[in-house]
Amino acid sequence: MKIEEVPQDKGYMIDGRISDLNYAVDEHGKYVSRQSRGWLPKNEAMTMAWDVVFERAEEVRKKIFSGELSPLAFYMELHVMDISILSSYTGIAKWKVKRHLMMKNFRKISTDKMVRYAEVFGISQAELQDTERIRTMVLKHED
Amino acid sequence: MKIDFQHKQAAHCENGVTSNLLRYYGIELSEPMVFGIGSGFFFSHMPFIKLNGMAVTSFRVWPGVIFKRVTHRLGLEVKRYKFRKPEPAMRELDRMLERGVPVGMLVGVYQLPYFPKEYRFHFNAHNITVFGKDEGQYFVSDPVMEHVEVLTPDELAKVRFAMGTYPPSGRMYYITRVPEKIDLKPAIIQGIQKTAKDMLTIPIPMFGVDGIRFLAKRMRKWPAKFGDKKAVLNLGQVIRMLEEIGTGGAGFRFIYAAFLQESAEILQQPWLNEVSRDMTAVGDLWREFAVMAARCFKSRDKGQTSYDTLADRLMIIADREEKIFQRLRKISLS
Repeated sequence: MKIEEVPQDKGYMIDGRISDLNYAVDEHGKYVSRQSRGWLPKNEAMTMAWDVVFERAEEVRKKIFSGELSPLAFYMELHVMDISILSSYTGIAKWKVKRHLMMKNFRKISTDKMVRYAEVFGISQAELQDTERIRTMVLKHED
Repeated sequence: MKIDFQHKQAAHCENGVTSNLLRYYGIELSEPMVFGIGSGFFFSHMPFIKLNGMAVTSFRVWPGVIFKRVTHRLGLEVKRYKFRKPEPAMRELDRMLERGVPVGMLVGVYQLPYFPKEYRFHFNAHNITVFGKDEGQYFVSDPVMEHVEVLTPDELAKVRFAMGTYPPSGRMYYITRVPEKIDLKPAIIQGIQKTAKDMLTIPIPMFGVDGIRFLAKRMRKWPAKFGDKKAVLNLGQVIRMLEEIGTGGAGFRFIYAAFLQESAEILQQPWLNEVSRDMTAVGDLWREFAVMAARCFKSRDKGQTSYDTLADRLMIIADREEKIFQRLRKISLS
């Protein structure tokens, strides 16, 4: 890669704060470093990864309002977690987390556990139980 | 207290932390030098280790290895440990800072507040240096950030004890002793030999140049095996690892080419400049691979042909990297 080829495709970086340092050759064939503001293929990969997260969350959202899945399942997708990660962050056994993902078991979750779940998602216990919050949430990332 | 520590941005976090820590102890090594001496260059495709439910592909060695090898090969003494619980991990950090020792550590990026939100996947192999604490804030030198950042004790404890694939478990490391004289030459030779050996001779097909061929072989089957939708996600994951935050366009290959160029001069072995040019060309091939892959993301549902084309490209890359390391393997001091 030549120094003038260091990509400057605006992406998910924050100007003046975070950038990619690239190594590239200058006109004398010597390696130097230069900051890149982002690169298209990387941005596309990132966008696709988030699109998938939101797509999955959308599926879950439908199943919440058909009474099948619980809000936990929705926030788990939104935070790119799986049962295993959610279990290790909350300290709640995997088989229990799995059960709590079903709406019919969600109401029976103890206050203590509900608080732990809410904490991991960075919301209040009331917010976690509020399905209206889920109904109105806009699933989109900034780019 | 705040240690007088110079923060310098790097392409890759572990290179950066290592290079910044060495500079603090008076050893000025460029990032490519650190990467080369630490034998950071590698390739592996491991279907049995999952990240986001998909196989892990990695373009470098395991976290922690670069720091370990560089310090070992330069004759420095270091201390590394991990913890079960946040409290002792934070206590030990404070104790070292009190003694004026900058501390490198492994963190997860998922809860790293200064990262762009879009980068916060459950990726647990990020390295930072903590070099001070003042009024409830830690001073953080994160090599991918342009300036020094701060974290509250609570934030720092959270990222040190992130969960998911390969949890950091509060891993931290620091330098305890520096020798009076440092000889780069034998360290460079050792670094190159180790990388060449690992790229060429590991008898398991997931690693080294064979690993690239293994990925190519599996990639051809993705559309049939997973369906178009999941196939493109797997491809996306490969590109995200190739372009892991802070490595820029197939960055590891270019960093290595820069290392070979610098080594040519230090060792007075001009043939390394030639190999450096070959490596640059391979880096460019990887970049083109990423561009081709990105076209697949756009359409989201390309058929079999595009994966075959991509796999063909990987086979060419594997051959080229193989030739490079066959040459490099013969390196010696004279």
